[in-house]
Order: sequence, then C-alpha cells, then structure tokens
Amino acid sequence: MAIAIDPFKQSLKDSLLAPGTQGHPLGTDQFGRDVLLRLIDGGRASLSIGFAAVAIAMVSGGLVGLVAGMRGGWVDRALMRLVDVELAFPGILLALIIVTILGPGLEKVAIAVGVGGMPRFARIVRGSVLSTKHELFIEAARSVGASERRVAFAHVMPQVLGPVITIATFGLATAIFSIAALSFLGLGAQPPAAEWGLMLSDARRYLRIAWWLAVFPGITVTSVVLAANLLGDAVRDALDPRLFSKAD
Amino acid sequence: MARYVAQRLAEAVPVLLLASVLVFSILHLVPGDPIDAMIGAASFGVGDRTAQEQLVAQLREQLGLNDPLPLQYLRWLWNATHLDLGESFIRHQPVMKLIGDRLPSTVELAGAALVLSVSLGVVLGLLAAVKRNSPIDRLVMLFSLGGVSIPSFFFAILLILLFSVTLGLVPATGSGSLDRLILPALVLGYEGTGLIARLTRASLLDVLGREYVRTAHAKGLAPRSVLLGHAMRNALIPVVTIVGLQLGRLLAGSVIVETIFARQGIGQLAIDSIIAKDYPVVQGVILLTATTYVIANLLVDVSYGFINPRIRAA
Repeated sequence: MAIAIDPFKQSLKDSLLAPGTQGHPLGTDQFGRDVLLRLIDGGRASLSIGFAAVAIAMVSGGLVGLVAGMRGGWVDRALMRLVDVELAFPGILLALIIVTILGPGLEKVAIAVGVGGMPRFARIVRGSVLSTKHELFIEAARSVGASERRVAFAHVMPQVLGPVITIATFGLATAIFSIAALSFLGLGAQPPAAEWGLMLSDARRYLRIAWWLAVFPGITVTSVVLAANLLGDAVRDALDPRLFSKAD
Repeated sequence: MARYVAQRLAEAVPVLLLASVLVFSILHLVPGDPIDAMIGAASFGVGDRTAQEQLVAQLREQLGLNDPLPLQYLRWLWNATHLDLGESFIRHQPVMKLIGDRLPSTVELAGAALVLSVSLGVVLGLLAAVKRNSPIDRLVMLFSLGGVSIPSFFFAILLILLFSVTLGLVPATGSGSLDRLILPALVLGYEGTGLIARLTRASLLDVLGREYVRTAHAKGLAPRSVLLGHAMRNALIPVVTIVGLQLGRLLAGSVIVETIFARQGIGQLAIDSIIAKDYPVVQGVILLTATTYVIANLLVDVSYGFINPRIRAA
C-alpha cells in the first residue's frame, strides 16, 4: 500500500507534519513529502551506489594487487607506490578530488568512492598472492604447463577470495557512509532526489521545528552502516578467524 | 637509527612528488580549459566577444598556459615549495593567504579532537581491559562501535539538537570561543576515541598475558605499578601508529564538521572552492593536507623506531 504513494509528491498544506500523523508514520518534510517513503526510496540510491562503488574498488584493487603480487620486481614496486600515493589522501579527501574533476552527481560519487577504496583491496590481494604463489600446488599447476594467466586466475585467485569478501563487506559500510557524507556536503545526490545524506543536510534548516527530518534519516544511515560492519565481523570470523583485525 | 630515518625519508619523497603531480593535474583534468573556469567565474557580463578572446589569449600567455605541461608542472612545484600556490579565481587573493587565515581554526579543532580522543580513548581502553567481560567493558566496546557506525554528520546534529536546541547550553554554530569548540571537537574526536579505546584494550590484553608481566606480579609489585609501569608502556606502542593515522582522518573529517558547525576553517574552504570551481584553492588545500598526512606518517614511523628498537632492525 505504502509503495503506491509517490515519495516526490508535494503537498504544501501537509508540510512539516509530526510523526504519527494519520498516513505519515514518520511525518512529512517542508514540502509535505512523506519521510518514510523518502527513506525507503533513498535506500535504493545508497545501496545501488554503494554496491557499485565496492565493485569498482574490488575489481580495480584486485587486479592491481594480483598483477603486483604475481609479477613482482619493478612492476610491483611501481604499483605499490601508486597505492601509497592514494593512501596519502586520507579518507574522503580523495573522493573530493575526484568529484572536483568529474563534477557532482551520484554516479560520479560511485567512481569517487570506488577509487578511494581501491588501495585496501590492492594491498590485501598482493599480500595474499605473495604468500600463496610459492605454495606447492601452484608449482604443480605450473609444472603441468598452466599459463601464467591461468595460474593467476584459476589457482591463486580463489585463495585470495576470503579476505577480499571480508574487505568488501566492511567496504560497503564505508561506501554507504561516504555516499551519504558527499551528498550531505552537496556533492552527491542533488535535489529533489531522496537520499539519506541529502535529507539530513536539508533537515539542518528545520532543526528547531522539525527534529524528525534529521533523526530518522540519521538513524537509517547509522543502522545500515552498523549492519554492514557487523556483517563484516561475522564474515571475517566465518572465513578466517586469524586473518586481520579491523584496526588495519 | 640514522639509516632507518634516512630510508623512511627517501620513501616519503616519491610519494609526495606523485601526490603533487596528481594535485597539479586536477586543473588540467577538469573538463574544459582552465581559462574558461577562470573567466567563467570572474567576468560575468563581459559581452564583447573579441575583447574576451583577447583577454583569454593574454591570460594564457601571462599564466604560462602555452608552455608544455611538464614545464608548467615544474614551475607550479617550484612556486609551491616557495609557499606560492597561485591566486584564487574567485576571491582574487593569494591561495596561501586564504589558507593561512583559516588554518588556526582547523588546527584548534583538530588539536582539541586529538587530545580528546587520545586521553579518553586510552583511559576507556585501559578500563575495559582491566574489567574484561564486565558491563564496563561491554559499554566501552559499544561506545567504540558507535564511533565507527554513527556518521559524524548525524552525531553532530544529535549533539546540536540536545545541547543547543533543547538545553541551550552552547551555541550551535560559529568559531572563535571555547564554548563553540566543544561540540565540533566531540564530533571530530568520537571516531578516534572509539578506535583508540578498542586498540588499547586489545593491545593491553595481549600484553597482560605475557610472561614478564607475570614475573612483575610474582616479584610482588603492586598491581597498579605492574599495569602502568610494565604493561601499559608496551601496550601503547600500537596506539602511537593510530594516533598518526588519526591526524589525516582529522583533517579530512574537519571538512564535514566545519560545514555543519559553520566554522571558517580549511575544510569549509575546500568545500566552498569545489562547489565554486575555484581550482587553485582546491589544489592548495589538498596539497597541504596530503603533505601533512605524509609527514605525520613519517614522524610516526620514526618515533616507532625510537620506541621499539626491534623495528629498526627489520
């Protein structure tokens, strides 16, 4: 039933209704739009862009790490220096650089956040590759004539998957957080889109009269980030209990 | 030791150079001509087309944009090392002055947040480790989980709602006085406090199981002096690293916190300039932040060598 109602539908006579009002369980915003519907619609943006960002980070970082680890030598050194440079731009700053270059917008945020998450994957994959590439079964694969590419993708890659999945889960938490943060700063989703960070940002002007506009989107982002973090903990424990700590 | 320090320095230089290349290329990677960005921002209402083209050609020559890119980069880098980061497209002031005007506010905020997160984090971590598996421990861990899960922009709004709107204790926005520093510092410091508490707890629990701690107990030392004199000293080594990493996080986090609390700092300058496409200012702020971050990490690595002699050999 709720889905049938439009999250963008404005109704000025219903603006800033308090939560619990008939038909609007979480109240309405300054344009009379239903907060609950906008939260649900915002989930679509956060989750799809979040997954896209993690996919970008995982594929690009995974490839860099795999190549660096398998090749070694100067290729390894050059790639890892690049990763170091990325790490020289803390957290959201790298995303800011990329958004500066590409301009604001949700799709661009996916790229920005994805590139920002890349170094983590590169480092972990490289580390795992280095520790598996001298294993006996790799030597066996080589000795029966497997090509370098086959060794990399069919034999080394599966060994690396565990840590990659763990990082991806934590990465989803970071990505959703960053997307909301960039939208909050006015660089991500643009009005009238329903996006959690943007809703929080708009809510600031109505803090004194409409607390619900800030509190519900905030609780939503927090719960989703918390859920992804807890999932990450669980995945890590399930896949490899002694692998690495979150402080890494 | 000197060799270790020299090696770390040698590793930091290429990272900084590559970072500067990246920052330099921002201006040349944005779609369109840098001059367009400049004129677009500067001269609304100049209608005469030929006059505008003349102006473009003149500016291009004047700014050296006709030179090959590597030469432009070297000139930019040379100027940057002499603390000249060019001039803002929009405010028509040297970038260095804009940054200099706003730096104290950000340093004040980041400093307060750092002091808060280190002192509170270490104490909470210590408490949690000593009272392991007690309600206190669980409370500290819950608090720490909140630090990584509650987005700073939401935490800030909650604090404003509670302390400014409802209780009216402190002003919600602005900078310049102590009561305006409390809320931003709490917000900026929360994540770090949680991380440091978690790390201190883990590290202390690890150390408390070591044999030298048992020896210290066995020879009859007071539990307090075993904890503070023997265990803590070693447990704090990993904490030093996190403190270094925190510096970068704090600078980046100040972007959000300054925007919410309307503090005139570096972070707010960065956001304003990105939105206004004032690229020289963006370049300046990012270069400054990256440099600070690399230097902080370098200092951590070096101090690590002093604190833990085993690192030097490795």
